[in-house]
Amino acid sequence: MRTTWGQRLLVALPYLWLLVLFLAPFLIVLKISLSDLAVARPPYTPQFDLSEGWSGLRDFLAALDFENYVFLAEDSLYIDAYLSSLKIAAVSTAITLVIGYAIAYALARSPQRWRATLVMLVILPFWTSFLIRVYAWIGILKTEGLLNQFLLWVGVIGEPLTIMNTNTAVYIGIVYSYLPFMILPIYATLEKMDESLLEAAADLGSTRLAAFFLVTLPLSLPGVIAGCFLVFIPAIGEFVIPDLLGGSDTLMIGKTLWVEFFNNRDWPLASAVATVLLMLLIVPIVLFQRQQMRQGMGS
Amino acid sequence: MAVTLPFAPWADPDVAPLIEIRDVTKRFGAFEAVKSLSLAIYEREFFAILGPSGCGKTTLMRMLAGFEAPSEGTISLGGQDMAPIPPAKRPVNMMFQSYALFPHLTVEKNIAFGLKREGTPKAEIAERVTDIMRLVQLTDFARRKPDQLSGGQRQRVALARALVKRPKLLLLDEPLGALDKKLRQETQFELMGIQETLGTTFVIVTHDQEEAMTVSSRIAVMRDGELAQVSTPTDLYERPDTRFVADFIGEVSILEGRVTNASRGGVGLSVMEGAPDLRAATRTTPPAGTTAWLALRPEKVSISVLPPAAANRMRGKVLDIAYLGNISTYHVELADGAIVKAQESNRQPADRRGITWEDSVWISWEEDAGVLLLA
Repeated sequence: MRTTWGQRLLVALPYLWLLVLFLAPFLIVLKISLSDLAVARPPYTPQFDLSEGWSGLRDFLAALDFENYVFLAEDSLYIDAYLSSLKIAAVSTAITLVIGYAIAYALARSPQRWRATLVMLVILPFWTSFLIRVYAWIGILKTEGLLNQFLLWVGVIGEPLTIMNTNTAVYIGIVYSYLPFMILPIYATLEKMDESLLEAAADLGSTRLAAFFLVTLPLSLPGVIAGCFLVFIPAIGEFVIPDLLGGSDTLMIGKTLWVEFFNNRDWPLASAVATVLLMLLIVPIVLFQRQQMRQGMGS
Repeated sequence: MAVTLPFAPWADPDVAPLIEIRDVTKRFGAFEAVKSLSLAIYEREFFAILGPSGCGKTTLMRMLAGFEAPSEGTISLGGQDMAPIPPAKRPVNMMFQSYALFPHLTVEKNIAFGLKREGTPKAEIAERVTDIMRLVQLTDFARRKPDQLSGGQRQRVALARALVKRPKLLLLDEPLGALDKKLRQETQFELMGIQETLGTTFVIVTHDQEEAMTVSSRIAVMRDGELAQVSTPTDLYERPDTRFVADFIGEVSILEGRVTNASRGGVGLSVMEGAPDLRAATRTTPPAGTTAWLALRPEKVSISVLPPAAANRMRGKVLDIAYLGNISTYHVELADGAIVKAQESNRQPADRRGITWEDSVWISWEEDAGVLLLA
């Protein structure tokens, strides 16, 4: 069959989109990361200039180097920030999984007529700005905030807890913000599960707990994996939450990047940080893609 | 010379039933799905619970499996009250209508699931799984997942998975409902063969009367949460107790009338003003004047153009002919508008059959051909 131009264009569109909106900006960032810091506007050299002709291009390429990457590897601050980001993302994902699974399970087991409403409630926070919701947590978590007032009033604690500006606040913020991304894919797998499978497991001698681990959990695994990736990947690069809720000792790569870019105005180094972050993220993203593909073929 | 007695433990007062359902009622809110039902099922029986959808047959089966608890009454198995025993602990296994195969496990692991839960030693599990797979001809598919199997193969996995635990009682919920007709008929005979080989008591729930008739030793016909009749397939067909059962099992024409002169072994039945009374053989003799119904199976009614010499005959007009290839069913309208079906086998080629639409014909049947029903 011959493909028409229209069909080719249709196939080309998403690639064009990726080219313009992803690949081109990335190449610019990559180029900046290979440049040197300069007191100029924009603050780096060399500048890409075609007016000089071939020799200009040769000079331009010769001026690019991996200095910034070497610097990243030598200064333990950046390595620590990357590792700390990975750790915070991993721990948050684990906490989100436990809470999200429980909520998804409750949703899937709730009476049919309530389900649409309950799922709606899970999505409801998206109707408000993410930034405002994170700000709201400051009001809850700060020393004289709602949580401390409540706990003091109940009498559980004698003096206010310091949660604000600690890693704990960052965990709370990430878990809260990304919970819906965990709940929805798990709910989707649990909801379509045939309930007679659990009856069959009981009929064949399983306790309810055994049936959960032998039937429910394995069958919801695709949802669990999807949810974990959807939380883990954006959590690594998270900037707003550690910036607003975290303290000075909260080390996350998104925040480091922001400081390099805006405070230090070191665009080349910030670009190198961003490029390495992207490389780090590609691994889980590729794994996620592959898992989604396999699932797509299985069903 | 040895005499083989027919298999009929229900007729032997010395045999204790395997399952005894006593006055069991099941309510869902205000709705009574099962109404004070009592039933005894014997070891090695292939027992069918038959009824239209919503008659409570599935609820009754789920109570046997333990997924529902009776609101009133008791169910005992082998003399032991089942009420406190959860499904996981009952010596009962169920084959689900949807088969409920675990999609993430292979055929082999699906079948081994129940044995592993019991803590059966590994070597024994392997042996029993291999044996049962051979019995249901699944050996070649051991490593496949359920979604790589055909409907018939899935049905056999479900059967094997339930049987491998050697239950005292196997429950089958519409086991062949998902299969096409040809496969269903083959599978019916396979099921009977397997049941005979293993000697397990089978209870099958179905709405398909043909299936129930083919496979079972006895059939319980249910209607609105109650038992309409419990009999062998032959008795159910030849000697139904009520119009509902007569109508539910096979094809039947029912004539309403009044009992005129009852005598030993038979009664007269007046069905139409001016027509001679019909003669019907009965075992009971209802008093004259009682309203009664005569159930006639189409294959026991003859149709002819000339007046026949038979105990009962009536005139009518051919309204419809259903040609089924080997047989034809004639729908004959009587003078009062009642319709009686008569069946003839098509020994003659179609073009030489003498009777056609609108023809005036005689229908006739012998005294013992019909069944007199009082309800």
